[in-house]
Amino acid sequence: MEEKIKLSPESFEALPKAAELDNEKIAAPSLTFVQDAWRRLKMNKGALISLFVIILMMVVAFGSTPFINHDSLVKSAPQYANLPAKIPGVPINGLNGKLKVSGEWVDEYKQNNVPNNKYFVLGTDYLGHSLAQRIIYGTKISLIVALVATFFDLTLGVAYGIISGWRGGRVDNVMQRIIEVISSVPSLVIVVLMLIVLKPGMTSIIAAIAISSWTTMARMIRAETLQLKSQEYVLAARTLGESPWKIAWKHLVPNLSSIIIIQTMYTIPTAIFFEAFLSFIGIGISAPQTSLGVLLNDGQKNFQFLPYQMWYPAIVLCVLMIAFNLLGDGLRDAFDPKTRR
Amino acid sequence: MRKYLLKRVFYMILTLFLVATITFFLMKLMPGTPYSNQQKMTAQQIQIMNEQYGLNKPMWMQYLIYLGGMLHGDLGVSFQFSNQPVSYLIASRIGASAQLGIQAMIFGVVLGIIIGSIAAVHRNTWIDTLCTVLSIIGKSVPNFVLAVLLQFYIALKLGWFPIADWGNFSYTVLPTIALGVGPLAETARFIRTGMVDVLNSDYIELAKAKGLSRYGIVYHHALRNSLIPLVTLIGPYTVALMTGSMVIENIFSIPGIGEQFVKSILTNDYPTIMGVTMLFSAGLVAIILITDIIYGMIDPRIRLSGSGD
Repeated sequence: MEEKIKLSPESFEALPKAAELDNEKIAAPSLTFVQDAWRRLKMNKGALISLFVIILMMVVAFGSTPFINHDSLVKSAPQYANLPAKIPGVPINGLNGKLKVSGEWVDEYKQNNVPNNKYFVLGTDYLGHSLAQRIIYGTKISLIVALVATFFDLTLGVAYGIISGWRGGRVDNVMQRIIEVISSVPSLVIVVLMLIVLKPGMTSIIAAIAISSWTTMARMIRAETLQLKSQEYVLAARTLGESPWKIAWKHLVPNLSSIIIIQTMYTIPTAIFFEAFLSFIGIGISAPQTSLGVLLNDGQKNFQFLPYQMWYPAIVLCVLMIAFNLLGDGLRDAFDPKTRR
Repeated sequence: MRKYLLKRVFYMILTLFLVATITFFLMKLMPGTPYSNQQKMTAQQIQIMNEQYGLNKPMWMQYLIYLGGMLHGDLGVSFQFSNQPVSYLIASRIGASAQLGIQAMIFGVVLGIIIGSIAAVHRNTWIDTLCTVLSIIGKSVPNFVLAVLLQFYIALKLGWFPIADWGNFSYTVLPTIALGVGPLAETARFIRTGMVDVLNSDYIELAKAKGLSRYGIVYHHALRNSLIPLVTLIGPYTVALMTGSMVIENIFSIPGIGEQFVKSILTNDYPTIMGVTMLFSAGLVAIILITDIIYGMIDPRIRLSGSGD
């Protein structure tokens, strides 16, 4: 029983032409180094939340500049001194203007005859300053210190490391000895010496942190530069007569970028800690300016009776530190997946 | 080995010399005078005082006298504490600081090793997460904040330990914890990372195949191999402890070097500032050298060579 199947060209359906050719095509879009790192960072919840917290804090702190300036920091209102937090409509003890005095919750706002429509979201300090304002200002100081430390890390640290590693030999030896001397003095001592020579305040803290913060970065960059120097693409660039500056900028810096980013993220919490630390022991920022360290020091004196004055700045400082640390860890994992466990 | 050591010691002395020089000249640039009520003093009184403290001599001579004195342990006379020699001041206070520092180091490192090991063994479980969270918090919360909280809630509210001052062991517990938490968090993270690495290696597989107990594997094989790199952290820990001591000793009013240092800064007591600066630098330089040597001895893969770094 033979049955011939008659086939006409119409009984065939042409496949789309491209299909066969696409067999070799890579399905995932090709990602650049930064895109790849960003993709990995996005998977890390803690780091992502930290990033948003940091951005939020930056926006609030720097956005507050027109509202919280020197005048509003100086202006005191003794009639509102030491009022606890009061947020209208929140009936939680401690946030409704009540303070625990010898075991009883007392409405401080009523006792001090504060007008009904006047309230302080985070309470006031011993001079009647709004604590919320001061915390925001303090956060701004912390962030400025962090940015300055980052700036010196990125400029001085990176340049020093690259030059030292690139030139090698005698130059390298001398430059490394200099770093060794700087880093074998506890950076705290450098900071303290700078602070007592210049007068205490923002500039001297920044100068002090600038001097001591960049050495770790310089060391790591140097070590990595030594390795990169012997890579073929650097050799090729040299053979073609590229100037060292251009090689550094075009070849070394992009390849060092992950180390630079990771190291920066570790410099920032250290700088923030230092500023708070110095202000806390009384040789950093001084009145009428304020910072988280100053607020902590003020709050610590009254901790027994007005615990909120210490708790709020402490929480803000800790959140800031945790956020930078988590983001730093996240970035390290994202840029250097080998270290991820 | 000997050549390397000589070279290191030479650089050490050079470093200390530079520190001494820089400190000396910075002190001279400092604003203010060491006499608290200079306005009320007559010119003659000031002159007598200057002569007594050697401040009337030219700067270079003061510098040479200072360096010469330092060579035989004379750090000058404190301006603040009724003519006590700085070396005596330091000697009488170093005990408390050293005890606190060593206790904090032991507390931090030992507990850190334990927590880090537990986290590594229970990797990717809730125990691991808990340990990681704790170490991030320990690393992020400034030690002076922790100190104040401990002092208030544990000492004052619960009354478990004395609130401040210096005496028997119970006085040291809270300051030790406050100082040691930083190293603890760092150690825990460090040990966990190292141990996870080691636990994935072949010889651990072999040990498991031999039927060794889990404890035996962790203790004899994994821990020992992840401990070695920890030695490199001792230097940074020392810095952290020195820094921390300044504020912790203040909070708990412990008569130590750190508390002294803060006081001398606030009162322009130059000789004491210089003395403590030299002490901190010398201590750090010595510890870095010692840890480098120890590291070379316990890990033969790291050769102590004079070349490069």
